[in-house]
Amino acid sequence: MAELVFVGLGLGPGSLPHGALDAIKACDMIFLERYTAPVPDDEISRLSKLTGRAIEELDRTAVEKGDAIIDVAKKGRAALLVPGDPMAATTHLSLRMRAAAESISVRIIHASSVFSAIPGILGLQHYKFGRTITVPFHREGFAPTSPYESLVKNTEAGQHTLALLDIDAEKGRYMTSREGIEALMTMEKKVGGDLLARGALCCIVARAGHGDCAIRAGPVQEMLRFDAGEPPHSLVFPAALHFLEAEALVAFAGAPKEILKGK
Amino acid sequence: MGRKEDNIKRAQALMTKPQQIRNIGTAAHIDHGKTTFSDNLIAGAGMMSEDLAGKQLMLDYDEQEQARGITINAANASMVHMYKGREYLVNLIDTPGHVDFGGDVTRAMRAIDGVFILSCAVEGVMPQTETVIRQAIREKVRPILFINKVDRLINELKVTPEQMQQRLAGIITEVNAKILKLLPDDLKAKWALNVEAGTVAFGSAYHNWAISVPYMKRSGITFKDIYEYCAKGDQKTLAKRAPIHEVILDIVIEHMPNPLDAQKLRVPQIWKGDLESPAGKGMITCDPNGPVAMMVTKIIVDPHAGEVAIGRLFSGKVARGMDLAISGMPNRNRVQQVALAVGADRISVEEIDAGNIVAIVGLKDAIAGSTVSSDQAMEPFEKMVHYSEPVVTVAIEAKHMKDLPKLVEVLRTVAKADPSIQVEINQETGEHLMSGMGELHLEITQYRIIHEHGVEIKASQPIVVYRERVEQKGGPFEGKSPNKHNKFYFEAVPLEDAIVKAILEGEIQSGGKIKDAKALAKKLQELGMDRDEAKGVVVIQDTNMLIDTTKGIQYLHETMELVVDSFKEAMNKGPLADEKCMGMKMLIIDAKLHEDSIHRGPAQIIPAVRLSIYGSMCQGKRALMEPKQKVFINCPQDLMGDAMREMQQRRAVIEDIQQEGENANILCKAPVAEMFGFASAIRSATQGRALWSTENAGFEKLPKELSMKVVAEIRTRKGLKPEPYDEAYYSA
Ligand SMILES: Nc1nc2c(ncn2[C@@H]2O[C@H](COP(=O)(O)OP(=O)(O)OP(=O)(O)O)[C@@H](O)[C@H]2O)c(=O)[nH]1
Ligand SMILES: [Mg+2]
Repeated sequence: MAELVFVGLGLGPGSLPHGALDAIKACDMIFLERYTAPVPDDEISRLSKLTGRAIEELDRTAVEKGDAIIDVAKKGRAALLVPGDPMAATTHLSLRMRAAAESISVRIIHASSVFSAIPGILGLQHYKFGRTITVPFHREGFAPTSPYESLVKNTEAGQHTLALLDIDAEKGRYMTSREGIEALMTMEKKVGGDLLARGALCCIVARAGHGDCAIRAGPVQEMLRFDAGEPPHSLVFPAALHFLEAEALVAFAGAPKEILKGK
Repeated sequence: MGRKEDNIKRAQALMTKPQQIRNIGTAAHIDHGKTTFSDNLIAGAGMMSEDLAGKQLMLDYDEQEQARGITINAANASMVHMYKGREYLVNLIDTPGHVDFGGDVTRAMRAIDGVFILSCAVEGVMPQTETVIRQAIREKVRPILFINKVDRLINELKVTPEQMQQRLAGIITEVNAKILKLLPDDLKAKWALNVEAGTVAFGSAYHNWAISVPYMKRSGITFKDIYEYCAKGDQKTLAKRAPIHEVILDIVIEHMPNPLDAQKLRVPQIWKGDLESPAGKGMITCDPNGPVAMMVTKIIVDPHAGEVAIGRLFSGKVARGMDLAISGMPNRNRVQQVALAVGADRISVEEIDAGNIVAIVGLKDAIAGSTVSSDQAMEPFEKMVHYSEPVVTVAIEAKHMKDLPKLVEVLRTVAKADPSIQVEINQETGEHLMSGMGELHLEITQYRIIHEHGVEIKASQPIVVYRERVEQKGGPFEGKSPNKHNKFYFEAVPLEDAIVKAILEGEIQSGGKIKDAKALAKKLQELGMDRDEAKGVVVIQDTNMLIDTTKGIQYLHETMELVVDSFKEAMNKGPLADEKCMGMKMLIIDAKLHEDSIHRGPAQIIPAVRLSIYGSMCQGKRALMEPKQKVFINCPQDLMGDAMREMQQRRAVIEDIQQEGENANILCKAPVAEMFGFASAIRSATQGRALWSTENAGFEKLPKELSMKVVAEIRTRKGLKPEPYDEAYYSA
């Protein structure tokens, strides 16, 4: 028996799919990563209690190397718990490929993900989204402008843009909506654009999938001043809105009524 | 008032008259007589007692210089000379000849406008002679030839008058050819040596006489006279009829450019700022009322005054109490003293004008190479490139616990005063690394730490500095990022030798931003690089080049800064033994990058690039390079066998042997690693009758058998596992 089970933890505490529990219990080792999205400590101890098993957290380097997981899976059964949907972030594909190359069978247990949840929370239509962007923290020698450029391209093509915000897992830092907007504005200045400067519509989703999920929509300059509370935060920049979408943003996210005009 | 005091007064009066100022220097192979020559000029001009000149060596005032009989520090002196009824101020810098102190020659060239290239009549033109000519011309400093020790030709080699003339003519032709080869076209006619015009002189610095063709005409002295004076041991009379300071200082006034002319020519060469700006105009016209613009060329640590900054003032006026900005430093420094230097003495003055060489106390943030200005925003002067690098290292620690902090401070001061010394401070272990140009250089620096700075130290045996390179093309090699979403493909190729040479000689700038990519591409193609490669240079670090040969790879531009960082790291720590790389051409052949920048941050790109670079270097056959030295030995023929035996024990290759009279000249090339302790070994092997000198000859591949052993030694010393990683490791 050589098996690797990718288990999605879904969004927020308590969203582990029901069938997942049995699969996890049957594993020799349970690993967990939380560098792609936060998982609170008490959620880990809760999972540990539920499964009756110790859960070993791996950092990015360990997951990327993969040896620890593969070694267990080769000889028996290993589980890797991943926040959200396990295959939604491209990161885990290479581990899956490596397992396949070593004749380890792979099972994926899906769960809810920001990619479907956020459009739903805001009342936007999922198929109208373009390429997702991620806004990175500024790091020494690393100041990309391509996220902003993709945002402009999406908008010009009439597609909404989901902007995920960076996590610095080592420092336990999560980018806030304000930092994300500021970073995009900096990129805009650098490439000489004006999409944001002209007051583009921006939505903030805080703690998607958690009990205290909060949303807000308005011109980006106003959203810059909005304090969205505890992380994680995400941003959405809608392009041309269907009238139903516009109505939803006004109703659920406090967007200004002007966006209803001309729809 | 004594003659010296009187002269000092006259010197001060001339400092404001640039037409009546000359800034000059000496440069030559070791022992060719620079300091004796300089001392006699100073004495002749009345700045020291004449009996002491050449014996006391006023310019070799340092204790170690006197003990060893060689110049270690470039030293300054100012003197006054009367020419055609007018007085002139001559500021002179005497430079060292030993290769270990070559950095001082490079830096002194920045301060002066004309230089006497000395050549010993017996030894003739040596490689070091050519080096100093190149250094002068790169700084647009006018070279004039002085052939010294002509007395030895007659008294020791016993040449005939005809042979003497032939010999002199031969040296002149050879030096002239070297000068012409290096001169830019517009200066060829003006600066070629010309015997008739008097830009060549010869004589005996030791016996205080010199002569030029115009002076022969003027005085009626003939070759035959000279020969006879020397042969019959009456050089005293010759020195009365053709005193060295008269003949030489006349040449200085007549042929060396004054600061007004020199700065017009030199400023565009040594400063790349806007020539129309106030600083630019001030320097081109040598304007005492312009902004202060000075380049520091030497820091001397004076036991009383502390650090003294010596340099050339190109524009403005410096006076005590001024607050001046030092390039790269946040705060201004206050000038505490302004002075002229005469050997170890400083003669304090109220203020000094543009066009002079000045000594300033109070510029505590300055190092040799600093630009000092009244304008904080002034563009700094071009770097002074000295193309020999440190080749020897010792580990140093304080003998007594209480000295730990003091040693760190002293090492920093030492490195500041001597830019050829590199120190790596290790606060944790207290064992610091100090690298220098050679065994002697480190020995003297250690002596100073103990005796001048008063810190007792323990030093390891010296070890040589190695470099890493490849033997042939390796790659393209795939380097993956940890998340496997990004891949780089590098090729590792030995950089063309002609290009390495051009970088070492400062013709191609290394480090910093590439200023003119088009000009660089053109130059590289002339030196044999492929056109597409030449156009893709991203950065040059030491003698290593990063080249992007790809076209239109999306997101590569916003990743390039990380690629550069990783390239620099890899070149600083090679795959074989964690030593610096040299002469590498790293080509980016292809890259595959994740669309989302979040998956290609520093934590992904830096390792991916490193793996690709190291892997391709493995495929290109890594080689450990060791520093080599040319060794010149001159000894009586009957001792030749002993000298050769000494060399052969040191993995030396004998390149040439020449016999001349009773003497033999041996030229060989040996690894620096084998040359430790050579000084005393050759002395005892030849009863001290061999004269010898060395010159650094760059890095060469270590023989295979030795290479494995040395790599393991270095790695073990650094706490790494003895065997380097292989190709497979980098592709995992
Ligand atoms: N016979 C003879 N000996 C000379 C002459 N000039 C210098 N010497 C001797 O050559 C030796 C070296 O002279 P220095 O003036 O120290 O030479 P240098 O070029 O300054 O030496 P470094 O600065 O160490 O490179 C001394 O022993 C001098 O006395 C000369 O014209 N004739
Ligand atoms: Mg000397």
